[in-house]
Amino acid sequence: MVRTGKIGVFDVVNFLLLLFVAIAMLFPFLHMASVAISSPEYVVRNEVSFFPKGLQFNALQAVFEDKRLWIGYRNSIGYVILGLFISMALTITGAYALSRRGLVFYKPIMLYIVFTMMFHGGMIPFYLVARSYGLIDTIWAMVLPNAIVTVWLIIMRTFFSGMPVEVEESGRIDGLSDFTVLTHIVMPLSKPVLLTIGMFYTVAIWNDFQSALLLIREPNLFPLQLVIRNLVVVGQAGDVLEATTKDGHKVILESLKYGIILLGCLPVLIIYPFIQKHFEQGAMIGSVKG
Amino acid sequence: MKQSVFYRIKRNKVYLLLLLPTLLYYLLFHYVPMFGIVVSFMDYNLFKGIWHSPWVGLKHYRMFLSNPDAWLIVRNTLLLGLYKFIFAFPAPIALAVLFYEMRWKKFRRFVQSVSYLPYFLSSVVLSSVMIMLLSPSTGWINKAIQSLGYEPINFLQRPEWFRTIYIASDIWQMTGYGTIIFLAALAAIDPQLYEAARMDGANRWKQTVHVTIPGIIPAIVIMFIMSISGIINIPFDKAFLIGNAGNMDTADIITTYVYRIGILGGGMSYATAINLSLGLVTMLLVYLTNAASRKVGETSLW
Repeated sequence: MVRTGKIGVFDVVNFLLLLFVAIAMLFPFLHMASVAISSPEYVVRNEVSFFPKGLQFNALQAVFEDKRLWIGYRNSIGYVILGLFISMALTITGAYALSRRGLVFYKPIMLYIVFTMMFHGGMIPFYLVARSYGLIDTIWAMVLPNAIVTVWLIIMRTFFSGMPVEVEESGRIDGLSDFTVLTHIVMPLSKPVLLTIGMFYTVAIWNDFQSALLLIREPNLFPLQLVIRNLVVVGQAGDVLEATTKDGHKVILESLKYGIILLGCLPVLIIYPFIQKHFEQGAMIGSVKG
Repeated sequence: MKQSVFYRIKRNKVYLLLLLPTLLYYLLFHYVPMFGIVVSFMDYNLFKGIWHSPWVGLKHYRMFLSNPDAWLIVRNTLLLGLYKFIFAFPAPIALAVLFYEMRWKKFRRFVQSVSYLPYFLSSVVLSSVMIMLLSPSTGWINKAIQSLGYEPINFLQRPEWFRTIYIASDIWQMTGYGTIIFLAALAAIDPQLYEAARMDGANRWKQTVHVTIPGIIPAIVIMFIMSISGIINIPFDKAFLIGNAGNMDTADIITTYVYRIGILGGGMSYATAINLSLGLVTMLLVYLTNAASRKVGETSLW
């Protein structure tokens, strides 16, 4: 919005409010990173707030030396790769078929899909069903149950059906079939939406905690979120500390725990700038009825 | 001329084939579990399985209604949802207006980017950070309280603090992202309205009150309606992660109770009965609010 006039009280107050918002949003991240790489004496005296003091990496090193965290990392990366492939394959093919004009049984199929947004069986029936499929303690437990997020399926369908008919028809003339129209025309023209939804699936799979809590008992299959929860929330981080102080490192539990959390959200922090360009657009498509 | 269904299926066979895995997914992971609710009418036993467990009718529903815990759990759920609705709903509207009125574009972009970030954190990371910041002995917040000369507060062990912490962290995580929808509505306001207001002698504050806010009322109404089902449908993760024996009097909500009784305690039939009751009420709310939003705003989920 363009508005002229000199800077008044209104603008100053607005600036201060937004400055407060920015600080409040950033503080936990800055504090976490600062404590993780500050030396213990400053942390104990609570002299570390926004910036590190007495830079040292012993705590991070102790975190890196813990095997559980690496197992969690390895597993989560694996779940994201496999899950992203499955989720995107299902969502793209489903959305493409649903976006076709005059699809037979379109209404009942949409009702069948949308009804699941209104009603679900709940945690126990879900657990029993997953158990009966043999998903417990398998990698499939982390990628199949939430493979499709209905809202994103609908967003993608809306995007696909907004594509001009002429483009598709020109492809038909070049001899494309029902399927190759998807791979040669629709997908290349939908890169932004595919990227956005792919990023959203990535974050969702990376952050998924509930599926693991319910269905994974084998520590070798724990995703990172479950490892962090066991170390920080349940408080097993103490063992890491005992194991490392033996080597003569001076590490305190606080830095260690913040180091663990930091490592847990690092991938999200890294991909965030790339998602950012796209998700505003994605959130907008979602709000428009298709 | 209407073509026969058989012909249309044949013509659409590639599309239907492409749709098949998706339909199968919904069947296996959404519809089969829906039928799993029959265990709430049985004395389900993991070893006997669904075919051999005895039917008991409404026993578990009666048990829930006569359980003194039930009232507490339902009350905790509704109060948490209601407070969340009251405090967390207006936050993104206010922030969106602040963004919109910010004339220094680079600063606005920066604050926007920063405020969207928390949305992408996992419930585990968020809860872990809260546990660290609020710790009575080492947490930054308690050290700040101490340096002001007050006694440290054991926030996470005290039931009276749970709702405040839960809702404050929700606001921290969701407000920035929630502004997107309102910013879109704001962008659609006709600039001429501001000019007209200025002609009439309205200052910045009056322009905000009389032009900006009325301009996004439709968006507010729609978001209001769509948020209503959130009062009862509270996600499991965060309440479970920051709930503990100390704050259980307020932190125990329906979903965490179901987990504890059903998965940890093995009372699966009873837990399912509770969950189903919740599910039915939620469904009713979603249905009613969607019908309402269709009427009011010509916008709906479907």
